[in-house]
Amino acid sequence: MSDQTIIRPYLRLSGLEPLVVRPITNFLNIGERTNVTGSKKFARLIRENNYEEALSVARQQVESGAQILDINMDDALLDGEKAMVTYLNLLQAEPDIAKIPIMIDSSKFSIIEAGLKCVQGKCIVNSISLKEGEEKFIQQASICQRYGAAVIVMAFDEAGQADTMRRKVDISERAYKILTEQVGYDPQDIIFDLNVFAIATGIEEHNNYAVDFIEAIKEIKQKMPLTRISGGVSNLSFSFRGNETVREAMHSVFLYYAIKAGMDMGIVNAGQLMVYDEIEPTLRQLCEDVILNKDPLGTDKLLAFAETVKAKGKTEVKDEAWRNGAVEERLKHALVNGITDYIDQDTEEARQKYPKPLDVIEGPLMAGMDVVGDLFGSGKMFLPQVVKSARVMKKSVAVLTPYIEAEKEARRQLLAESGDSGDGAETGNGAAKILLATVKGDVHDIGKNIVGVVLGCNGYDIIDLGVMVPADKILETAKKEKVDIIGLSGLITPSLDEMVHVAREMKRQNFHVPLMIGGATTSRMHTAVKIAPEFDHGVVHVLDASRSVTVAGSLLNKDQKDGFLQNVKGEYQKLKTDFTNKRTVKQFLSYTDSLDNKVKIDWAKFNPVKPTFMGTKTFNGYDLAQVAEYIDWGPFFIAWELHGKFPQILSDAVVGVEATRLYNDAQGMLQQIIREKWLKPRAVLGFWPANSDGKDTIYVQTQEGEVKLECLRQQIKKAPGQPNISLCDYIAPSETGKQDYIGAFAVTIEGIEPHLKRFQDAHDDYNKITLQALADRLAEAFTELLHQRVRKEFWGYASEEHLSNEQLIKEEYLGIRPAPGYPACPDHTEKWKLFQMLNATKEAGITLTESLAMYPASSVSGWYFANPESKYFGIGKIEKDQVIDYAARKEMPVEEVERWLRPNLDYDA
Amino acid sequence: MDTISDCLGKRILIIDGAMGTMIQRHHLSESDYRGQRFKDWPTDLKGNNDLLSLTQPHIIQGIHKQYLEAGADIIETNTFNSQRISMADYHMEELAFEINVASARLAKEAAAQFTAANPDKPRFVAGAIGPMSKTLSLSPDVNNPGFRAVTFDEVATAYYEQIKGLVEGGVDLLLIETIFDTLNAKAAIYAIKSYFKDTGQKELPIMISGTITDASGRTLSGQTLEAFYVSVMHARPLSIGLNCALGAQDMRAHIEELSQICACYTSAYPNAGLPNAMGEYDEQPSETAHFIEEWAQKGFVNIVGGCCGTTPDHIRHIAESVKTIVPRPLPIVETALA
Repeated sequence: MSDQTIIRPYLRLSGLEPLVVRPITNFLNIGERTNVTGSKKFARLIRENNYEEALSVARQQVESGAQILDINMDDALLDGEKAMVTYLNLLQAEPDIAKIPIMIDSSKFSIIEAGLKCVQGKCIVNSISLKEGEEKFIQQASICQRYGAAVIVMAFDEAGQADTMRRKVDISERAYKILTEQVGYDPQDIIFDLNVFAIATGIEEHNNYAVDFIEAIKEIKQKMPLTRISGGVSNLSFSFRGNETVREAMHSVFLYYAIKAGMDMGIVNAGQLMVYDEIEPTLRQLCEDVILNKDPLGTDKLLAFAETVKAKGKTEVKDEAWRNGAVEERLKHALVNGITDYIDQDTEEARQKYPKPLDVIEGPLMAGMDVVGDLFGSGKMFLPQVVKSARVMKKSVAVLTPYIEAEKEARRQLLAESGDSGDGAETGNGAAKILLATVKGDVHDIGKNIVGVVLGCNGYDIIDLGVMVPADKILETAKKEKVDIIGLSGLITPSLDEMVHVAREMKRQNFHVPLMIGGATTSRMHTAVKIAPEFDHGVVHVLDASRSVTVAGSLLNKDQKDGFLQNVKGEYQKLKTDFTNKRTVKQFLSYTDSLDNKVKIDWAKFNPVKPTFMGTKTFNGYDLAQVAEYIDWGPFFIAWELHGKFPQILSDAVVGVEATRLYNDAQGMLQQIIREKWLKPRAVLGFWPANSDGKDTIYVQTQEGEVKLECLRQQIKKAPGQPNISLCDYIAPSETGKQDYIGAFAVTIEGIEPHLKRFQDAHDDYNKITLQALADRLAEAFTELLHQRVRKEFWGYASEEHLSNEQLIKEEYLGIRPAPGYPACPDHTEKWKLFQMLNATKEAGITLTESLAMYPASSVSGWYFANPESKYFGIGKIEKDQVIDYAARKEMPVEEVERWLRPNLDYDA
Repeated sequence: MDTISDCLGKRILIIDGAMGTMIQRHHLSESDYRGQRFKDWPTDLKGNNDLLSLTQPHIIQGIHKQYLEAGADIIETNTFNSQRISMADYHMEELAFEINVASARLAKEAAAQFTAANPDKPRFVAGAIGPMSKTLSLSPDVNNPGFRAVTFDEVATAYYEQIKGLVEGGVDLLLIETIFDTLNAKAAIYAIKSYFKDTGQKELPIMISGTITDASGRTLSGQTLEAFYVSVMHARPLSIGLNCALGAQDMRAHIEELSQICACYTSAYPNAGLPNAMGEYDEQPSETAHFIEEWAQKGFVNIVGGCCGTTPDHIRHIAESVKTIVPRPLPIVETALA
C-alpha cells in the first residue's frame, strides 16, 4: 500500500478534461474572442444567428492555446439568456472545444444562471460582487455554489469600484470572509478581479492605477494565499486605442510585473502579446515609467513616442512576413504552402518584371514546383498539400495565359506577313506531354485526376481526355499532340480488357511511346501477364500517384529510359512465369463436385422473413445530413493516398497534421454540400419472392414475370468442412417448399457536374477531387443507411439491430449486399437484370455504360440477401467446365462470358 | 450507535447487488406487475420494476433481506427510475413520489430488523437516484446538436420530488448512481442542496457513483474521470465511486485513478463481468470477489458491492473476502499551500 495520498488546495476546473491550477501553472490564457462586448465579429455572428461560424471562433481560441473560454452575450440587441444557452449547448457537442472549462461572463445574473444550467463541467462565473449589498452577494454566491462553479469576485462594493490599493484589498477581504464563512466556499474556488483601469489618460489621479493593482495583488496573495487573481488587461491602454504597437507593449510590461506579483489569469488576446524582452527598449522603458508611475511626465513622453509608431499597424506579422520577400520568393512560398490569396497580384508583378510571360512559368513558378516535387518525393509533403500547390500553380498560369496567347498571336501575324506558315514552331514551352484517359466504358476518374495534378506539378504538360475515352480517340490525340507518354486508368474489371485492347491497337498502329497503367482494378500482375506482352515499347504499371512521378521521370529521361524499361520487362517476365507456374499448384474441384460441397443450411429450421412489401420503392432525394452520419472516412483518406485507420490517422505522427487539415476541409465542404443542397441522393430498392434450384440459379418472381439470376460458385479446393460458396446457397431451394425472398438496390448521388465544372474553371483540383471523393463516400453512406433500414424496417428481418457506425463499417450486421462485378458475383452482366427489375435508370437516374459502369460515377448497386448464414466472400478463380455451364444457363456465347469474367478465369481464353 | 462515517473509518463497507437480476428470478407476469391496484392501467407495466414496491412489496423486501443476510451494510431502495421523467414512460408521473416513500420504508424496515438483531453491524438505507431516461448534455437529434429533450429545471424538479419521497420514507443516505451525464447528476445535487435548504433539515450524506462506459475512460457525456470528479465535488459527498457498465476487470484502472485523486471515501460496485451474447452475466461470485479483494488490498476502496448481474451470493463472497482488509485511509486534504 502506498503512502497516504495528499490532496492539495488547488483551483480545479473542468470541461471534458480537468484543469488543475497549481502554483507552478503559468499565467492562464482565457480566450476572449467569444465575447460580444470585445469582438465585433463575434457579436455580428451571434446577431446573425451564424452559430456555426461563431463556434469556429471558439475553436480557433482553443487551437491557439486558450485554457479557459470566456463567453459573454451582453448585447443590447440580443436575448442574452437565449444566446448563451444556444451557444453553450452547441459548444457541448464539439469535443475539441468542450474539453476546456467555460467562464460564463455576464453582468446579468440571470444570464449567468441560464449558462450554468448548460455545462456539465466546473465553470467559472464572471462575476459577482458586493455592489448591491451583502444579501444579494450571498444569494448569488449560494446559487453559484449549488451549480458547483468557481467565482470571480469583482472589487466592487456599495460605494463603487475599488480604485486604490487599500479599497481593492479591503473589499476582497470582506468578500472572502463572507464566502468562506457564511456561504461555505473553498478559498481556492475564489478569484478576485481587482479592476484594471486605464492609465496615461492625462488625468493625474489615474497615474497610479497600475501600481495600485500590482500592490493589491501582493497583499491579497499574502493574506489569502489560496485565492486567484484575474483582470481584464486591455482596459489599461484604453487611451491608446488605435495604436496597437503601444497597447501591446503596455500589456506585456504590465503583465510582466503583475504576474511577478501573483496575477494568475487574465482576459487578454494571447496572440497579440509581445514578448517582454523583444519590446523595443525605448518603448519598454516608457511603458515601465507609466505603469510603475515613476515619471510624472511619462504619459506625455509615451504619447510623443506613440505618434512616431502610429503608422506601423502590425497585424499578424509573423504570418505575413513572407510578403516582404522578392516576388520569386513570394511565388515559391505561395506554391509550397498552397496559398492563393496573393497569387494574382504576385503573378502580375512577376509578369512585368520578366521579359516574357512564359519566363515566369519557366522561372519562378517551375522553381517553386521543383521544391514541391522534392518535398513530396522525400515524404515531407503529402498529396493533399501537393494538390493545393497545384491549385496555386494553375491560378498563376491562368493569369499568364492571355498574355502568352497574345504574344503567340502577334508572332503568328508577324510570320504570316513574312509568308512563313509558322506551324511547327509552336512547341510551347517544350515540356514533355502526357496523355491521360479513363478507358471506354469506365466513368471513374478520381485517381486519374490526382495523377494528372501530381504530374502537372512536376512540370509535365497534361492532356486529360476525361472518362469513357475510346481507343481510337486516345491514339488519334496522342498522334496529333505528339505526346510522350500515354496513361490509362480504370476502376471496374471490364476496363482491364479495354486496356489490353488499347495496347494491341498501339502495336498495330506502330506507336513507340510508353504506356502507363493505373487504377483500382489494375495490378502489376495483370499488367505483366495481359498487357505488357501486347506492346513492345514499354508498359509500366503505376501503383499510385506518388509513383507516377518517378515512373514518368524514368520514361522521359533519355539516359534512363532503356535501362528502366529493360528492368521492368525482366520483372514482368518473371511475374508472368511465376503466374503460369503457380497456377498448377492450386487445386480445383470439378464444377459438379463443387456443387456437392455447397453451403449446408438446415432449411427445415429456417423460416424466411417476408419483406413488408413486394416490388420496388423509390427515394427521389433524401436528407443529406442523415446520409452523412453513415460515412466511412477510411476510403476517403485512401483516395488521397494517406494511409492509416480513421480516426487514428488524424493524430498520426507523420501524416496526422495533413490528414486533419484534409478532414477539416472535407467536413467544411460536406457541411456546405448539405446546407446548399449541391447533391441529391436517389435510390430504388425492391424485394421479390425467390427460390433457388438447389444449384446456381435463383428464380425471382417479379410483376413482369420470372427472372433467372445466375450465380457463380467457388471452385478452388477447400479445407475439409469448408464449403464452395455461391450466393445461390443463401436462397431456399424450391424443393424445401419454403417461400424465400431476395432484394436489390441501386443508389446514386446526383448533381455533381456543375460543381465540378465550377472548381475546374477555377483551376481548383483540390476541391474538385475532394468533392468527387465525398460524393463517393455519400453514395456508400446512403447504401449503408438504406441497408440498415432494409434490415430493420423494409424487410425487417433484424428489427432489433442496434449497431454503431463503426460496427456497420465492420459489416457486423446480418445479411449481405453483394454488388455485381465484385468478388461474390464478379459477372457485371447480371447488372442488366438488376437494373431491369428495379427500373433503376428511370427510378434512380443511373445509366449503364457498355462496360456496365454506372453513371453518375458515385453509384452503388447490388443484391440483398437476408439469410443469417450469408457472408461476404470472393469467388476466386474458376475453371472452364463452370464457364461452359454458366454460359449455357445465361444463353450467352462462351467467349463473351470469358471476356466478362477474364480476371476470374484459371485458364487462358 | 455508529454512524456511517464511524463505520467507514473502521472497515470496508458492503453495498448490495443487483435488484433487477433478483426480480427476474421471480418470472413475474404483466398481471403480477399490475397487482390489484393497477389491473386496469392503460399501458403495459411489465418492466416497471420500481412499481413492484407498491404491487409486490414482499418480493422487494425479500430481496433486501437476502442482501442483508449476505452481509450488505448498505442496501439501495428500489427507486432507480422513480422520478416523474422516467415514470412518464408508463404514464405514472403522479406515482413517483409515492413509490419513493414506499420503497424507502420497505428498505428501512428490513434494515432496522437486521440492525436490531446485531447492533454492532448497523445497516444503512441509501435512496437510489438513477440517471433518468432523458439527458441534459446530449442531443437526441443528430441533425440538431444544440437541441435538448429536457431542461435543467425539469430534471432538478423531478429529482427534488424523488428526494423528498426518499427522505420522508426514512432513508439514511442519498445515492446518485450510474451517472453517464454529469449535468444530470449536477441537477440531482442541485435538488438535494435545495431540498435541505428549503426544509431546514440536516443534510443526509451523499454518495455519488459515475459510470465509465468504455475503455477510453470517459463518461458517455465525454468527460474524463478526473473531470467528472472535479464537476461533482461541490456536493461535498461522503463518497465518490464507479458502478455499472464495466466488469471489475475493466474497472480496475479507473478505480485506482480515482483512489489517487478523491478527497472523500471511494466506492466501487461493478457488474458481474460483461454480459454474454444472451445478455446474461456469467461471472461467478468468487471471481468478482477475487477482483475486489485485490482492490481492497491495494487500498483503492472504502465501499464495495455489485451492480448488474450480481446476486446475494456475489455479495456474500465479496463481504467475506474484504472482511479483514484495512479500508483506504482518507487522503490528507491540505488547506494551505505547502
